Amino acid sequence: MATDPIHQFQIVNLFPVAKVGGTDIAFTNSAAFMVAAVVIITAFLLAGAASRAMVPGRLQSAAELVYEFVATTIRSTAGSEGMRFFPFVFTLFTFILTVNLIGLIPYTFTVTSHIIVTLALALTVFFTVLIYGLYRHGLHFFGLFAPKGIPVYILPLIVCIEILSFLSRPISHSVRLFANMLAGHITLKVFASFIAMLGSAGIIGVAGATLPLALVIGLTALELLVAFLQAYVFAILTCIYLNDAIHPGH
Amino acid sequence: MADGTRDKGKRQEPPDDEAALSARLKRLGDRIAQAKGPSERGNDSRPTTDTSGMARGFRLSSELVAGVLVGAGLGWLLDRWLGISPWGLIVFLLFGFAAGVLNVMRAAGIVRDPTVND
Repeated sequence: MATDPIHQFQIVNLFPVAKVGGTDIAFTNSAAFMVAAVVIITAFLLAGAASRAMVPGRLQSAAELVYEFVATTIRSTAGSEGMRFFPFVFTLFTFILTVNLIGLIPYTFTVTSHIIVTLALALTVFFTVLIYGLYRHGLHFFGLFAPKGIPVYILPLIVCIEILSFLSRPISHSVRLFANMLAGHITLKVFASFIAMLGSAGIIGVAGATLPLALVIGLTALELLVAFLQAYVFAILTCIYLNDAIHPGH
Repeated sequence: MADGTRDKGKRQEPPDDEAALSARLKRLGDRIAQAKGPSERGNDSRPTTDTSGMARGFRLSSELVAGVLVGAGLGWLLDRWLGISPWGLIVFLLFGFAAGVLNVMRAAGIVRDPTVND
C-alpha cells in the first residue's frame, strides 16, 4: 500500500489504442473509470426507464428524481428556453457526480482530480455558450460586454474588464471542481496514513489512532457532500453561462 | 345544532371575525414567505452562498485567481505578438486583477451580475 498521498492520482497506461504522429495514445486508468461511469449511468437510466410504470418503483423513482432535479435547476436559472440544453447539462451533471462518487471508493481513481479533464468540460461549456450566443444573436451577443447605464468615458475600461471576466470563466469553472476533488482526496489520504503510522506505535499509538480514524470517517461524509455539491455547482454555473447565451445583455 | 349557534355567534360580530381572519391570513403569508424565502433565493442566486465556508472560500479564491491568470496570459501573448513587452503584461495584469475582483464581487453577490437579472 502506498502511503504517498499523490500516488492515487497517477495515470497508468493500460493498453495502447493508436499512434498519432510520434505520440502513443493509450487507454489509461482515467479512461477506464470514465467508461465505467458512463456504463453505470446508462445502466441506471435504462433500468429506471425500463418499467415505465405509472406508479414508479424505487429505481424509476431515483431516475425521475435526477431528471426533475436537473430540469428544475435549468428552469430556475436559464428559464424554460434553457431546456433545449437539458441533455447537455444532464450529461455533465450525471457524469461529474458519478465520477466523483466512484472516486470515493478506496483504490479507485478520481477522474475529476485531473485539471485537464475538468478544463475540457469547462471549455466545452465555454464554446457552447460562445457559439450558440453568436448563432442566436449574431454580433448582438457582444452586448454582453457592455452593461447598460455606464458612462461613455469609462466604457472602454469596463468592456476590457468584462471581456477578461468572461475569458476567466472556464478557468474558475474548471479549477473549482479540480481543486475540491484534489484537496479532498489528499486530505483523506494524509489522515488515513496517520492511522497506519500511529497504529504501528504500540498500545498508546493505537489509542491515539482512534482520533484520526474518527476524523477520516467525518471527512468521508464531507467528501460525499463535496462530490455532490461540486457536480451541482458545475451544472448550475453551466446554466448561468448558458443563460448569457440565451438572453445576453438584458 | 352546535354549528348553527356558532354561525349565529359569528354573524353577530363580523368585523372582529374578519379582522382575526385577515390577521391569521397575514401571519400565514408571512410564515410561507419566511419558509419560501431562503430556498427561492438559493435557487436563483448562485447556490454556494449558504454552504460550508470552505466551499465558499474555494469559489471566491478561484474566481480571483482565474481573473489574474487570464489577464497575465493575455498580456503575455499580446507582448509576444506585438512586440510591446512589457507593456501588455503590465496593463493586462491590472485589467485581470480588476476582472478578478469583479468576479469575486459577483460571486459573493455584492455586485449584481447584469446578465443574471431575472
